[in-house]
Amino acid sequence: MKALKFILAGIVFGIVMAKSEAISWFRIQEMFRFQSFHMYGIIGTAVVLGALGVALIKKFKLKDIGGNPIVFNDKSKQWPRYIIGGTIFGTGWALTGACPGPMFVNFGYGYLVFIVVIAAAALGTYTYGYILKRLPH
Amino acid sequence: MNEIIEMIRAPWPWYTSGAIIAGVMFVLIFFGKSFGFSSNFRTICAMSGGGKQCEFFDFHWRNQIWNLLFLVGTILGGIIAGTLLSNGSAVEISEATLADLSALGIAAPEGMQPKEIFSWEALTSASGWIMLVLGGFLVGFGSRYGGGCTSGHAISGLSTMQLPSLVAVIGFFIGGLFTTFVLLPFILA
Repeated sequence: MKALKFILAGIVFGIVMAKSEAISWFRIQEMFRFQSFHMYGIIGTAVVLGALGVALIKKFKLKDIGGNPIVFNDKSKQWPRYIIGGTIFGTGWALTGACPGPMFVNFGYGYLVFIVVIAAAALGTYTYGYILKRLPH
Repeated sequence: MNEIIEMIRAPWPWYTSGAIIAGVMFVLIFFGKSFGFSSNFRTICAMSGGGKQCEFFDFHWRNQIWNLLFLVGTILGGIIAGTLLSNGSAVEISEATLADLSALGIAAPEGMQPKEIFSWEALTSASGWIMLVLGGFLVGFGSRYGGGCTSGHAISGLSTMQLPSLVAVIGFFIGGLFTTFVLLPFILA
């Protein structure tokens, strides 16, 4: 049961990403060309409802299922990494039309060639880990 | 009953999707975790023995197994969506995008993905390597360098009003717009 609940959450996420076509290269192109509201609607709805929920969690000091208080840690203020890393990520996102989650959803959906994209992404993360001390953060 | 099944098998509207994604984020928060998918690549590197050569991958990756289980779920979700829940319809993108992509040599959608790019044959061409291999590499490199991907920064980060996440999302768009308008015409030429 401990393991199953995370798998179930992943299944729901995978289904919704596929059924709303957020895993499609076409939809990502449409987004970067500002020619449809679809992707902005998906991300925007998630952020607005997310912000509302986070505010409620903070206001009522809710706890998680382990009884621990829910805390939201602030991200460190290392500006170069966010803008440079973000730009590199965005370049890859527009090329593959897939951020990390959708890569795996696509693989399951039947686009098996995504295993190559996934392997390349793991190699990219490995390369970052190897040279990170030489990069501005 | 048939109408409901038809509705589920047709593409879902953006508001349904956005609401469920927020729901998934809250489920993970109440499980005592946080929603951020790209960390899985670091975990995969650590599991593969990366910690022996590089201290970035020398961490207690076993604490991250929950996220790998979530990852397994996304693959299963993809299988379910692609078989039981699919009516096989093509992605209905806007006329303007159809025209722009047609000028780049990408045909109108017949399914979820353009077959010119997402096929094994594509890997026999330089453009295919750039799109799939270089593209994947940059997603893996950039998400860790930038400290997160769409789920960690755009959804979780913006929901908690993190300025760093807003900066990262601006970066996503700088890279995405540059690629779309400047690089793609060269790559797909």
